[in-house]
Amino acid sequence: MTDKPKVAFYWCASCGGCEEAVVDLAEKVLDVVAAVDIVFWPVALDFKRRDVEAMADGSLAAAFLNGAIRSTEQEEMVHLLRRKAQTVVSFGSCSQLGGIPGLANLFDLDGVLASAYLESPSTVNPDGMLPHPSSAVDGYRLTIPRLYETVRSLDQVIDVDYYLPGCAPTPALIANAVMALLAGTLPPKGSVLAPDVALCDECPRKKSKPEQLSLGAFKRPSEVKLNEEECLLAQGVLCLGAATRGGCEAPCIKGNMPCTGCFGPTSRVKDQGAKALSAIASMVESNDAAEIERILSSIPDPVGTLYRYSLPASLLRRRRPAAGVATKG
Amino acid sequence: MPETTTDAGGGAAPAQFEPRIVAFFCNWCTYLAADLAGTTRLKYAPNIRVVRLMCSGRIDPQFVLDAFAKGADGVLIGGCHPGDCHYESGNYKTLRRFHLLRRMLHELGIEDERFRLEWISASEAEPLRIAVNDMVEKVRALGPLNLTVPSERADEPEEVAVP
Repeated sequence: MTDKPKVAFYWCASCGGCEEAVVDLAEKVLDVVAAVDIVFWPVALDFKRRDVEAMADGSLAAAFLNGAIRSTEQEEMVHLLRRKAQTVVSFGSCSQLGGIPGLANLFDLDGVLASAYLESPSTVNPDGMLPHPSSAVDGYRLTIPRLYETVRSLDQVIDVDYYLPGCAPTPALIANAVMALLAGTLPPKGSVLAPDVALCDECPRKKSKPEQLSLGAFKRPSEVKLNEEECLLAQGVLCLGAATRGGCEAPCIKGNMPCTGCFGPTSRVKDQGAKALSAIASMVESNDAAEIERILSSIPDPVGTLYRYSLPASLLRRRRPAAGVATKG
Repeated sequence: MPETTTDAGGGAAPAQFEPRIVAFFCNWCTYLAADLAGTTRLKYAPNIRVVRLMCSGRIDPQFVLDAFAKGADGVLIGGCHPGDCHYESGNYKTLRRFHLLRRMLHELGIEDERFRLEWISASEAEPLRIAVNDMVEKVRALGPLNLTVPSERADEPEEVAVP
């Protein structure tokens, strides 16, 4: 082995898009590979858990962990990698805030399993089989990881040093983070490795944002022919740029789609959904309760819209469990 | 603060559930109504904890969520009547946010009765008394909010035989 710094990548509850983001570094990935040894990366390299267990504690310069935590296996793996790594980088929205998998916190686990294994239109499961943590087959005991009732962000499970936001983080931010890590120029622990301003600040349509926004209806992008120059909010489309951290270089806006909030809140905000709600609701163009209700009904799913990536990291963290759900802890 | 009221001596009847309600009142109207209720010796349920803000429009939805997350069973917002806001439009912004926030709370399993908005002017001590008592009774009927974040399931069967 060389004495290059060693790094690990790992995925938890995620879609694989964060792994793509690493590949999207394109030729810069060669700089990264030249500078570090990747010693664990299940999506790309055939190293096993026992290889990680055999490493000395603290022997990894950094572990980049993406995905939310929703199973016992994921929890064990991130604890293991925390022990082995000097620096843990929470990589991507799911890891930082819970992400799309975190919307499972709107349901209890029975509902999630029923939807996935029994009810979805594409499911064929005549025997109604559900995953069992432990099964006896021909005298052997087979076990699979157990799912938790609640999806968690990485920092609700282990100590996290830095966050790379985004669904997925952009190649530019990843490259900056890796280079800062190698050069030892990282900001204070706990920092999000992206600019600490709202997306509106770097939005190419900023100039067309009216001083006072006043909306009589919220439209979905499919319901309106969008002008490519004008502020999306001014066109009645629910854009979360005002309540979302910048640094992504606004690829969605440049694609004529509104911001859905994947970079999470800025450092001054605790709860992105609440802050987005505050900004969006105050734009409603009416002072009459019934009319306000009517205008806001054009947002069919407030939680899924305003907390699309951040429900597990929000103040309430999940839907209140129905009375009588028996759980530990 | 009366968490639960128990008679020191008897203790036969089970303690009645005493809801904790965080009340955000604006400085110019509802807070003065509460003040007036005090000076005129009007009695209302002691279950509200009043937080005074300059304007109901200052109530960040984060404050409401934080109150629930930290154990409040209900949140009451009191502001000036429409048209009477000391800052002209703060209460209208509150009204708009209130509607969306209540829907969001509903989606998150928190009943509508636990989150309430009242316009109460500085002279309306009696309406304040009625609103507070009514909310306390409704939240009492709902029971404690009991927000918990369950992790592992307790009822997982140990082992299942697969033929």
